[in-house]
Amino acid sequence: MNAAAGVKTLRIDERDFSARADETILEVARQNGIFIPTLCELKGLSEVGACRLCLVEVKNSNRLLPACVTRVEEGMEITTNSQRLERYRRSILELLFTERNHICSVCVSNGHCELQSLAQKLGMDHVHFPYRYPKAQVDASHPRFLVDHNRCILCSRCVRVCDEVEGAHTWDVKGRGINTQIISDLDQPWGSSETCTGCGKCVHVCPTGALSEKGRSVAEMMKRRQFLPYLTLMREDRE
Amino acid sequence: MSKLRLATVWLDGCSGCHMSFLDLDERLIALGEKIELVYSPLVDTKVFPENVDITLVEGAVSSEEDLHKVQLIRQRTKTLVSLGDCAVTANVPGMRNAFGTKAIYDRAYRENVTLDPGIPNETVPQLLASARPVHEIVAVDLFVPGCPPSADTIFYVLNSLLEGCAAEICAKTRFGA
Repeated sequence: MNAAAGVKTLRIDERDFSARADETILEVARQNGIFIPTLCELKGLSEVGACRLCLVEVKNSNRLLPACVTRVEEGMEITTNSQRLERYRRSILELLFTERNHICSVCVSNGHCELQSLAQKLGMDHVHFPYRYPKAQVDASHPRFLVDHNRCILCSRCVRVCDEVEGAHTWDVKGRGINTQIISDLDQPWGSSETCTGCGKCVHVCPTGALSEKGRSVAEMMKRRQFLPYLTLMREDRE
Repeated sequence: MSKLRLATVWLDGCSGCHMSFLDLDERLIALGEKIELVYSPLVDTKVFPENVDITLVEGAVSSEEDLHKVQLIRQRTKTLVSLGDCAVTANVPGMRNAFGTKAIYDRAYRENVTLDPGIPNETVPQLLASARPVHEIVAVDLFVPGCPPSADTIFYVLNSLLEGCAAEICAKTRFGA
């Protein structure tokens, strides 16, 4: 433990905790078995606060704060679950479902999808917003993998793992708002990418069926993420 | 006690939800003590009756006929249940929505047809511009996702409705289940 970091004491959901000053609200909550929903966060990657599902209430703050990028502070009083948070989280999830075409029943990741299981866990039995049904593309130009933009939630895990862990930075993001899309290299077919090493890390960190291995049928795509904390740990040791 | 009047309807779906309903097997006999099936693809009634207690709606609202039916059903039903992913999300029938009806008609009635290709203008109902979930058209009282919802889920839902208690749907089923 870094002595300079110091120890902070705080309250989460009416319970007292102490934590290192360099820890986030999410880390402390998880260590103590408090559930906060997340989609973009993945242990071993940097945090970006993109999905906003981990928003929590902090006393004396007039806005909600994302737990994954908010460091603990002395005397913080945090609420991880309330009717207001439930409403926002449900709205965020529903909007994710309407923005692309998430057809769970015919998806390679059916039964192994973080979006699908979170919807079930948060009690989302239908979507209140009108579906957009956008025309999204499938890029199957890579010899071993494919990207189906119908199923992408723009969590950017693929972008981060490719840049931070593999060091290739094949993936990036183009456009803004509703037109945002994941691209390979200079917005070209994945198969023509000169930087992609074919390692498949992006496929296995993808929370949905947006990135998958070719030849997988419905519900057959199981993601294996064990490599990520292991790789990160080995690199930390070397430093 | 008089029996509850149950109806089941098959709009734009594959009938998989009805297959799942039939998978109740011998439980259907016990259910028959408490309900009367007044309208369904499984019985011979042609017109959707008045004063229905519960209607299970399978399928998305996809054609002029579906639209007419679902509005009539809503008028004549106390508790309308969206049964399965097609009714709840438009699911697979909704996959046509990004392409537009012209492309769909051409594919189905011109490109893949050798004998007398052309778009039918009678007997087949016209497609709506897009397939929609039932609750975007009429009010829905209960949502049961799943593709299809299991027989156990349907049994649980029907019993909850019969006993008048709240059903915790997400504990039993999910999208794509």
